[in-house]
Formats: sequence, C-alpha cells, structure tokens
Amino acid sequence: MNVMHTVLPYIISGISVGGQYALIAIGYTMVYGILRLINFAHGDVFMVAGLMMVYMAASMPLYIAIPLMIVLTVLLGFAIERVAYKPLRTAPRMSVMISAIGVSYLLQNLALYITGGLNKNYPTIPWISDRITVLGMETTRVTVITPFLTIALVIALVLLINHTKIGMAMRAVSVDFDTAQLMGIKINNVISATFIIGTFLAAIGSMLFFTSFPGIVPTSGGMPGLKAFVAAVFGGIGSIPGAVIGAFIIGICESIIKGLDTILIVSGSITDQIGFATFSDAFTFILLIVILVFKPTGLFGEKTTDKV
Amino acid sequence: MLNKKDNKKSFISLISVALFLVLVIVLDQVIKPTDKMSMLLTVLQKGSVYALAAVSMNLLNGFTGLFSLGHAGFMLIGAYTYAIFSIPAAARDTVYQYYDAVVRISFPEVFGNAMGGFGTVLGVTLSVILAGLAAALLAYLIGLPVLRLKSDYLAIATLGFAEIIRAVFQWSKLGPVTNGSNLLKSFTRTSSFRLVVGGKTITLATFVPVLIATVSIIVIVLLVNSTYGRAFKAIRDDEVAAEAMGIGLAKHKMISFVVSSFFAGVSGATMAMVLSIAQASNFKAAMTYEILLMVVLGGIGSITGSIIGSLLFVAASEWWLRGLDSGSFLGINAPTIFRNGFRLVVFSVIIMIVVLFFRKGIMGDRELPDVIAGWKKKLAKKKEVASK
Repeated sequence: MNVMHTVLPYIISGISVGGQYALIAIGYTMVYGILRLINFAHGDVFMVAGLMMVYMAASMPLYIAIPLMIVLTVLLGFAIERVAYKPLRTAPRMSVMISAIGVSYLLQNLALYITGGLNKNYPTIPWISDRITVLGMETTRVTVITPFLTIALVIALVLLINHTKIGMAMRAVSVDFDTAQLMGIKINNVISATFIIGTFLAAIGSMLFFTSFPGIVPTSGGMPGLKAFVAAVFGGIGSIPGAVIGAFIIGICESIIKGLDTILIVSGSITDQIGFATFSDAFTFILLIVILVFKPTGLFGEKTTDKV
Repeated sequence: MLNKKDNKKSFISLISVALFLVLVIVLDQVIKPTDKMSMLLTVLQKGSVYALAAVSMNLLNGFTGLFSLGHAGFMLIGAYTYAIFSIPAAARDTVYQYYDAVVRISFPEVFGNAMGGFGTVLGVTLSVILAGLAAALLAYLIGLPVLRLKSDYLAIATLGFAEIIRAVFQWSKLGPVTNGSNLLKSFTRTSSFRLVVGGKTITLATFVPVLIATVSIIVIVLLVNSTYGRAFKAIRDDEVAAEAMGIGLAKHKMISFVVSSFFAGVSGATMAMVLSIAQASNFKAAMTYEILLMVVLGGIGSITGSIIGSLLFVAASEWWLRGLDSGSFLGINAPTIFRNGFRLVVFSVIIMIVVLFFRKGIMGDRELPDVIAGWKKKLAKKKEVASK
C-alpha cells in the first residue's frame, strides 16, 4: 500500500508528460509520414513557442497572448517549411535533414541572442496551474487535464484525416508522393497543412509542458523534441495513434525512472540512492534502440521492403 | 599501385604539409599572447581539433554514406580517457574532490619520470591512442546493433547513444572513475609542451594539436584511398549494388564506424589537451551538429573541404565575428544590436544560406590538389589562347 502510494504520483505525472510529448510527437510523425524527413527543428519550434508566450504575457493580457502565440508559432512552422525545406524537395534526403539541423541551430542561437541565455520564467496561467487534490494527492490542474486534452485533440485530428478532403490528400501524399501529384493534389499545400497542424499541436503542448517547469532556456526544446521523436518511432512512424501510445509509454517510464530511487527505498529493495534519475533521458534512447533492433517499423508501422 | 604522377602529387602534398608544420612552429614563437594576432593561434589549435573531428565524421557521412550523429559521444570518451590517464598523482585527489579515485596511473608522469621529456611525450601519445581505442571499442559495441539501421534511424539512434554516454559519464556511481558531473583538469596540456634549445624555450602549444590532427588525417586519407575506401564509396553510392559486387556490407560499415570513432576519440583527447579541461556537459548534441555543419560547409565527401570548413568555422566564430558580440563590427558601433549571441545568429544564417543555396559546400567532393590542378590547366589554356 505504502509503495503504491509512492508510485502513484510518478505515474500520474508520467501520464501528463506523456500527453505533452504526444502533442509534439504528432508533428514529427505527420511530417515524416509525408516528407520522410526528421524535422529536427520541431523541438526548437516548441521552445520558441514557449519563449513567445513569456514575452507576450509580459505585455498583454493572457486571453490575447495565448491565441496570438499559437498563431505566431503556426506561422513560424509554415515559414520554416517554405524557406528551408521546400527548395530542397528534389534534393537527397541527407540535404533536407542537414537543413533541418541548420534551422534547429538557427532557432537556438536566435533564442540565445534574445534571452541572453538567461532562464526565462514561464507565466502562470490561471486555472490550469491551480493546485488541486486528486486521489488523495496534491497536484496541479494541468497534470490532470493534459491527457484528456491530448486525447480529445488526437481524436479530432484522426477525424480530420479520415473524413475531410485535406485529410484524404494527406493520406494520398504519404502513400505516394509522385502519384498524388499526378492525381491533381497540390502537394505544397498539403505539406504546409501538415506543418500547420504539427506546429499548432506543438504550441499547445508547449503551454502545457512549460507551465509545470521552472523556466525556459534556448536548449529546452532539444530533449522533449528528441523524446517525442523517439515516441513517434516507437509507435511506428507515420501512425498517429502509434505516436500517442509511444509518447504515453515514454512519459510514464521516464517519470518512474526519475523516482526509482525513492520507490525502491520505500519498498525496501535498496537502502542508498543509486542515482537512476541520471538515466531518465538515456532510457528513452535505450527504448529506441531496442525497438529499432527488434521491430524497426515500430508498434504500428507498415512493413517496407527495399527495392533496387 | 601508384603511378608516377600520383607519386609526384603525394610527394608535393607531403612537402606542403611539412612546410605548414614548420610555419606553425614559427608562428608559435613569433606571436606573443598579447598580440592581436594571437587569435590565429587559438584558431589553429581549436581548428585542428575540429578539423580532425570533421574529417572523421566525413569518413562516415561523406565517404560511407552512414548518417551518424554520435560524434560528440565518442569525443567525450576520448577526452575523458585521455584526462583520466594523464592526471598526475599529486593532483589526483584535488581533482577528485568528492570521490576516491580508482585510476591512479598517469602515463605522462610515469614515463616522464623514467625517461625525462621524451617519456612525457611517449606517455601523452599512449594516453591519446588509448583514448582513440576506448572510443573505437565502444563504437564496435554500439555498431553491432545500430549499423543495421538505415539513414535517419541510424542518425537518431547514434544521437541517442551519444546522450546515453553523456549520462553514464555524469552518473554519480561512476564518480571514482569519471569524477561524476565535475570536470577533470590538471592533466598534461598542449601549453606544457616546450623545447629548450640552447637556453631558449620553444613553445609547441599550437604545434602539438596541429601535429596530432595532421598525422591522424593523413592516416584517414590513406584509408580512403585504399581498397577499403573504394568499398566505402561503393556502399555510399548504392548499397545493394555494392553487396552484389561482393563487398561485405556489415564488415565495411563496421570498419568505417570504428575508425571514424577512433579518430573522434583522438580529437576529443586533443580537445581536452587544448582546453585543459574535460567536462561531459560540453559534449552535447549541439557539438555534433556544429561538426556536421563544418563538414557541410567544406563539402560532404571532401577531406580538404572538411579541414577548410572547420578552420573557417572556428575562425569565424572565435575571431572574425567576435565584434558582433562585443558592440562594434566593421567600424559600426551599435551595442544594442551587437550584443552577446548576435555572432551566432549571423553565423547560423550564413550556414543556412550555404545549406540552401550552395549545397555542395566550398569544395564539393573534390580535393584541394585536384582543384589547384584544375586552376593550372585553366591558366595554361588562357595563356595558349592569349599567345595565339
């Protein structure tokens, strides 16, 4: 009972973090599904969304700042695609990936310049950062809301992809780029739409993520970005439900590993701190390598064969 | 087999490399640390570290077509291995403030005590080679599962391993070996290399890293020009076709990965020597990205390109664009715009321009001697036309 009581908070915060990763992971998985590109800049867009919120909340009321932040982030995502990826559409994949790394480097340096490298405190958003009591333990409201909000957004997205014209176009482009073009689909619009949806979700994710964090630095986007990407790979890249499930698994595992020392001490297995928390980030990558070695297409990925 | 023309070419290349090394020694004596030009020495020191790292990454990304992003991790192993085996016994306990150091042997000290100055050099060499071997061994172990992956998956898996390596080295339980998340220092630095000839001291602070980088890069060039190198290029151009031609994919990919990591380790060790500290938190993914951008800047698949790219990268970020950070640049005074970090912004914009519009980089996939030969031909043609 005592052990359960220690584990529960970690699981709950894990589910919450998992939901936030899921919102970022969708952006990765959709872009990869269509462009076959790891959008390395996605994590940094997420960070920029956080920074924009910091600056805007300081000069305007929240009910303007939040929608404006989302709109600007979406515009940023759109612009990145148009400027950095579109000219390279016929280039080898490595070039596009390098361009993505370049954008990531640029965004980080830009953030470093603007913030001066200082830790920026995220504004407190009323209501969602209120403290509440769930199942006999105190937590913030955002922790409880995140998974539900994530699932609601994902359902909306799946509906969009399965039942609208643009969704159908996205599916067509992800199956076969060239044929879709021949069928009269304007692939540039479809790709832009993908980036817009992806960055929109990342903007919402950043609001939920940074609310429960002490602050933002220019490198804040890197780790969550990479983890969300791993989640997308874990679930089978290109699959939205896969990315969400992957993100929840990674979030929960990571949170438990962070608290593993405490949990094991309470349960009496060990007496000293071992320092498992150091490996909470590394664990994600161990998971990635295990899944890539044993099931390279992820949990829900399609099988592909190499053609000469 | 080398024919006569190639022989002549490599002879000229060797002579120019030797001349360059002599020039470095001379520069080291002429330029005083207080001079404005002393930045040149810094650029040469750091540049050679990055040049080696970039060339070794190019061996993997450019010549074998394996898009790996684990370089910072292997450099970290190199830096730490070198540092751990080079801290003198007297300084060991001050460095390992919070832990009881396990490794207590310092090669430069042991050999130095036994054989004097030559022994120190031998010890440092041994530590550097050990650093490379440690990185290579780990690369072998990582390569077993990872090298089966394709392009972007490989990139993300190697990036992940680099992060794991960093986490492991900072783990408090490994403190007695790695000093946990604290830095390692007090080991033999490049600035401690000096010769005393006839009462005069000759500093070799710049010469040592340049020499290490030069020797390593020559080895990589020899490898690239060997049958192995040809096999690497075949794999890069078409894996399936290469396999059909009888090239063992797994074996050659592994060789490329291990050799590349070995030299990444050596460059990490050199970096520790130049900076005189080794700290795991410096070896982030951003470092790998920077090295990758140097390779891109110089041209993927060109060794001299990587060298030029990294020297330019280091020179621009450490020297030429410094003014952007400190208030005035090219005579323009605007402290509100030119403040800390602006240099990096300008720099990343330049890199984005190169990536987008000059995708081949400075050299494309050609090498410097070929480019110069091309110029000569053009000049000769012009003369011919003019004489007619």
